[in-house]
Amino acid sequence: MADIQNLRSAAETRLSSLFESARQSFASEEKISREEAFKFFEATGLPSRRVEAFKYTDLRAAIEDAAHPAKKPSLDVAKAAVSAATAFAGIEAVRLTFVNGHLIGELSDLDRVPAGVTVTPLNEAMSQGDPLLKQLAPVAQTRENPIYQLNTAFLADGALISVDAGATVETPIHLRFVGTGETAFSTATRVLVTLGEGAEFSFLESHEGQDGVAYQPNDVVDTVIADRANLHHTRLNREGDKAVALSTITARLGAGSNIESVNLVFGGVLSRHQIYLHFAGENATATVNGAAMLGHGRLADSTLLADHAAVGGVSREMFKTVIDGDSTGVFQGKIIVRQAAQKTDGKMKSDCLLLTDDGQMMNKPELEIFADDVACGHGATCGAPDEDLLFYLMARGLPKPIAESLLVQAFVGEAIESVTHEGARDALIGEVEGWLKTRG
Amino acid sequence: MPAVQETIDRVRSIDLDQYKYGFETVIEMEKSVRGLSEDVVRFISAKKDEPEWMLEWRLDAYRRWLTMQEPDWARVSYDKIDYNNLYYYAAPKRPAALSLDEIDPEILKTYEKLGIPLREVEVLEGIAPERRVAVDAVFDSVSVATTFKKELSKAGVIFMPISEALREYPDLVRKYLGTVVPVTDNFFATLNSAVFSDGSFVYIPPGVRCPMELSTYFRINERDTGQFERTLIIADKGSYVSYLEGCTAPKRDDNQLHAAVVELVALDDAEIKYSTVQNWYPGDNEGKGGIYNFVTKRGDCRGARSKISWTQVETGSAITWKYPSCILRGDDSRGEFYSIAVSNGMQQVDSGTKMIHLGKNTSSRIISKGISAGRSQNTYRGLVSAHKKAKNARNFTNCDSLLIGDQCGAHTVPYIESKNASAVFEHEATTSKISEDQMFYCQQRGLSNEEATALIVNGFVRDVLQQLPMEFAVEAQKLISISLEGSVG
Repeated sequence: MADIQNLRSAAETRLSSLFESARQSFASEEKISREEAFKFFEATGLPSRRVEAFKYTDLRAAIEDAAHPAKKPSLDVAKAAVSAATAFAGIEAVRLTFVNGHLIGELSDLDRVPAGVTVTPLNEAMSQGDPLLKQLAPVAQTRENPIYQLNTAFLADGALISVDAGATVETPIHLRFVGTGETAFSTATRVLVTLGEGAEFSFLESHEGQDGVAYQPNDVVDTVIADRANLHHTRLNREGDKAVALSTITARLGAGSNIESVNLVFGGVLSRHQIYLHFAGENATATVNGAAMLGHGRLADSTLLADHAAVGGVSREMFKTVIDGDSTGVFQGKIIVRQAAQKTDGKMKSDCLLLTDDGQMMNKPELEIFADDVACGHGATCGAPDEDLLFYLMARGLPKPIAESLLVQAFVGEAIESVTHEGARDALIGEVEGWLKTRG
Repeated sequence: MPAVQETIDRVRSIDLDQYKYGFETVIEMEKSVRGLSEDVVRFISAKKDEPEWMLEWRLDAYRRWLTMQEPDWARVSYDKIDYNNLYYYAAPKRPAALSLDEIDPEILKTYEKLGIPLREVEVLEGIAPERRVAVDAVFDSVSVATTFKKELSKAGVIFMPISEALREYPDLVRKYLGTVVPVTDNFFATLNSAVFSDGSFVYIPPGVRCPMELSTYFRINERDTGQFERTLIIADKGSYVSYLEGCTAPKRDDNQLHAAVVELVALDDAEIKYSTVQNWYPGDNEGKGGIYNFVTKRGDCRGARSKISWTQVETGSAITWKYPSCILRGDDSRGEFYSIAVSNGMQQVDSGTKMIHLGKNTSSRIISKGISAGRSQNTYRGLVSAHKKAKNARNFTNCDSLLIGDQCGAHTVPYIESKNASAVFEHEATTSKISEDQMFYCQQRGLSNEEATALIVNGFVRDVLQQLPMEFAVEAQKLISISLEGSVG
């Protein structure tokens, strides 16, 4: 309700003072509208469950105190942190390494960037007023999102990755994010990926961090995909067990372009991954999948908005949640089909497996349709592993835990299957197997 | 897939211009003063000759209402309602009638025109009895006639206006009133608690199958009045009742408010079937006039193995804000919700249901069909939740919507909350996945995918709709025959 004002929480007050003290260090010529973003954030505050979009993920309660933005670590600290990072380690890729939200040039392959690709560290781009910065925040709805706005306000580092028109890049870029520290800290990174017409490009994102530290990463990836370009994105969240991990990916899709994005979540005491798709050109396609494997009282939230604004868009979203122990899964998906977006084909699905009685799953698959010649649908299911299937496997001599693991693997596998990069797909499958083993 | 011509024609045939019930009855009315205050609440209570506790109950609700804010989460927009510019009570001036002959002939004519039988048709010996329905006719704020009361009382069934029940069975009313929809439930329910005028009270004693269908027909007639009826139905252990509700209003340029509360209580093994054909005046094609329909309907499956089933055919009202719900408290209880909502012109519908699973082995089913045409907005909003202790809860939800023309909108906002592993929830919005087996069976016999789908879904809905009496059935039948072609989730 409009005129009920919440008292400001300790975290909100602290964020205001943090912003105040960080203000001087922001470069004056940069094209980032931090002030505007923070003004928006101050007006809304940290969203509580009274805010519809955060009904199941109460950030106001989860973030008791706002942590101080992390400083750039020394090279030694960074090296030590990276040596422990193993995600996607076996994949042949060009690496950009971020430790505590800062790009570490010495640990990145900035000199090995493949042909057709330009990588500019965000800080460099900001101080030079890089024209690419204009392409940040390509999806309008993010203006209403407090997580995204908070990222803009506190933006510390990141990279601009630009792929030339017509370039087909074989080697993926691996954005490796590692968190390390003794006490709580926060990060705010932004990566912009732009694809020229007809380009093809893959990138991987891995997020790892130390257990036992209540750090607060807030990572945003903006993508602008020109006509007929093709983008593949694979993301792995293995944040530490106390992390409150917020992340967003946005995509603006040109005519006939395609994005395929898969996010696999294990970590964070709370994680929220937001996906914003804007179908700007005709006949664009998007496949967005997600899987979360949760235990130990974690909460994972996947929130998706697919905004079809042009004719003939196709979107396929599939989310799988496996819940063990007293964990909570949240899926909120919304497909908007605007009046002009005739012939849109949108299918959204969220399935959940509850392995114990203590877990819970909240599903909210929404449709908002203003065009009459469309085929849109959504499905949501929730339940325990099928007794018949378990029986079938056990009748063939498999002990119950193994039978259950097999079913879970098959269940999650469906969402991972769409990863086109073979190495990344195998790595994700390996992660799933690892989770099932430790669960035992 | 766009809608087929046949569908478009059918929807047009029930278009706004065709609103048949828009006439006005001119009779002398007695009204409360304009606006809302404690005095008006006292006035209404005094008019109804209510016991002291009831007045306190109303005043308590009124004071709470003053502290509440109008909800804004629904997908409807309308000009702010000036609650102080309404009449909260309006009744025909002629003294209460004891028999049908004493009712104002103008009112009788009104109901005749609406096709509502107020005369009890004598059943002649040797001739098969017609299907009979007992009717409680509510005209603005009062009930003008209730038929078949004697025959019903022989079976022990109490069916009377709630104001009469407050005088004759105060203990029974007091025991259940506000136990399903608490006084403070929501803005509109609290307003209703303060100023409700008439509505029906039904009590079915243990083990009794109500000998005939019961129905209430609501008519708003007077200008600038709001109708705030309250219905309370109690099905005692092992009983059964089917209840129908119909409503119409005159065509007017200004908006009128209708804020009703319906409470159902089903004890062990009892079953309540509640059907509504909502046909309030929807306003004209430009969105002028029409009823604002803000209704709180909730059923409580309080006993084990009880069952509550809601069926609604929504065609009227400028704004509909209505979520008939079931609280599945008793073990093995069952809730059902079947809805067809058709919006046209500038209508805005935000409707759906809540199935709250609390008991063990509870099950629920939701079938919702929304059809939007013209420049209307049609939203399905629903909640299915399973509490931790609701072992083996089952839900199946299917909501389809159909758009006719590109000026309207169809929206779906389902909330599915599962808090235990043995609960199995399925929500689907794709028509092709109703039941593979049934589809296969139909297709094997030569039906196309679409014909088979239509047959299966219509079969579901028709089951319940066919139990509506003839007066209501014609319209409802027209609606369900609408093809499912071009459905979107």
